[in-house]
Amino acid sequence: MKEKSGRMIADQTVKYILFISAILSIIIVLAIAYFIFRESIQAWKEIGFTNIILKSVWRPGQDQYGILAMIVGSIAVTIGAIVLGVPLALGTAIFLGEIAPKGVQALLRPAVQLLAGIPSVVYGLFGMVVLVPIIRRINVPGNSGYGLLAASIVLAVMILPTITSIAEDAIRAVPDSYRSGSLALGATKWQTITKVVLPAGRSGIIAGIILGVGRALGETMAMIMVIGNSVKFPKPLTANPLTFYLSKARTLTGNIAVEISYATGIHESALFATGVVLFALIIIVNASARWFIKRQSSIPTTRQ
Amino acid sequence: MNTKLETIEFNLYYGDFHALKDISVKIPEKRVTALIGPSGSGKSTFLRTFNRMNDLISGVRTHGDVLIDNVDLFKIDPVALRQNIGMVFQKPNPFPKSIFENVAYGPRVTGLRDHKKLEEIVESSLRSAALWDEVKDDLAKSGLALSGGQQQRLCIARALAVQPTVILMDEPAASLDPIATQKIEDLIHTLSENYTIVIVTHNMQQAGRVSDYTAFFYTDDTRTGRLVEFDETKIIFTNPADKRTEDYITGRFG
Ligand SMILES: Nc1ncnc2c1ncn2[C@@H]1O[C@H](COP(=O)(O)OP(=O)(O)O)[C@@H](O)[C@H]1O
Ligand SMILES: [Mg+2]
Repeated sequence: MKEKSGRMIADQTVKYILFISAILSIIIVLAIAYFIFRESIQAWKEIGFTNIILKSVWRPGQDQYGILAMIVGSIAVTIGAIVLGVPLALGTAIFLGEIAPKGVQALLRPAVQLLAGIPSVVYGLFGMVVLVPIIRRINVPGNSGYGLLAASIVLAVMILPTITSIAEDAIRAVPDSYRSGSLALGATKWQTITKVVLPAGRSGIIAGIILGVGRALGETMAMIMVIGNSVKFPKPLTANPLTFYLSKARTLTGNIAVEISYATGIHESALFATGVVLFALIIIVNASARWFIKRQSSIPTTRQ
Repeated sequence: MNTKLETIEFNLYYGDFHALKDISVKIPEKRVTALIGPSGSGKSTFLRTFNRMNDLISGVRTHGDVLIDNVDLFKIDPVALRQNIGMVFQKPNPFPKSIFENVAYGPRVTGLRDHKKLEEIVESSLRSAALWDEVKDDLAKSGLALSGGQQQRLCIARALAVQPTVILMDEPAASLDPIATQKIEDLIHTLSENYTIVIVTHNMQQAGRVSDYTAFFYTDDTRTGRLVEFDETKIIFTNPADKRTEDYITGRFG
């Protein structure tokens, strides 16, 4: 009896501690949001919402704080990373989940996971030393090697582990009965993967991609190192629209990190407004990921 | 009567484990053959031999011959073979797709694109599986939204759509209620006019009702599965040659 009540007290205490930790993390998130927003109020008031969001001239010396160029920069580099990274990540996930023998899995999976542990600044160095010189060789006037392309490639590698592991989980969660059903109908292994397994795991795969997007939007250091950090609105360098990606740019994250150390007054407040915009973008992205994950887990299966 | 499927001294191993020993049997064309026997006697393993689903399990080795229409089954490309030999599983496993797409799946993977043709095949397959009247107004509905019995008939329709000559069924009614089971049994009876059906069942009454021939599998302490007896169902049930068959059947009827 005594022993039992002792265990019950321990049980209660653990519950209590867990509850406090959960509450605490919510409070921290809210506190950060509140703090960033509070610091940005001056900018919203004095410069105006549309002047910040929809103007693309960023000239702190002349009190011009339009961040549209950075919004476009962040979105362009994210799209670039998705276009380059998603096929690679999905291919890796399919290979790991459906094709690779156990031994190969045991080598490849930790290798992919290791990519997630490499510090961002190392990716930046790799981009500067390897990618930028290669891209510089593309013979287009005004191409310095630094810019959206270099940033997109670096980012594509950085989001690879996130997307790969979530997509692989989604693929593994597809019941085997679907695979045998398909193979028994005379489908090939590849048809089974593309027509049954991937569609059945679709929601989870999309959730993985969206979480990759969230990660891409938030990346800072590696971006500063390879994107060129130009405040000008990114534009194609020639008549060929693809040279847009050779243009230098700046991300929302980069804007804050590059200038915050010396900014004061309204300039500083405008950087916090940049942070609010980034925060809002990431909340939207994460909420949609959650929506897809929920859909995935509510898909009924024939497992009874 | 023609022999559709035949095994000669067929043996199967899961790694070191000898799961099936020296199985020789001739399965007649356009008849229903039931595989009965205690759990673990190798009925499912034997059934999967015919559409080479055992090939997908690592460590499986076989020796002995398996013939379909007197042709060595292991010389046929598994993908082509599985289009000729359909399979219905113990638990209904429709794809998370519409009813239409479930049935159209087989023809689509074999390269059929013509939508008109697909519609015809879907309708005729669903009719043959006695499901058409229940779903014809709602072919876009998810296959998973159907009842268990309907799902199993959808899986039968899906198998029929590929125009097989043989249908393998592994305890197709095991997860169904009596009314749904009744429908599946009626369907098996109708289908046997045009298809060779091999069905694994735990239910002796069911074997008695639906099958023309019965194969009795048995296993002892070694866990190796053997074919004890194969004959017309009425002989197996009334006058079996082997004592073990008789004991099993009387035991199961209780
Ligand atoms: N994938 C497998 N790997 C190893 N052993 C298996 C596998 N599938 C079945 N077995 C074994 O083979 C024997 C026959 O199994 P099974 O064919 O499922 O029997 P039944 O359908 O008559 O119950 C059993 O001893 C079972 O444990
Ligand atoms: Mg079985």
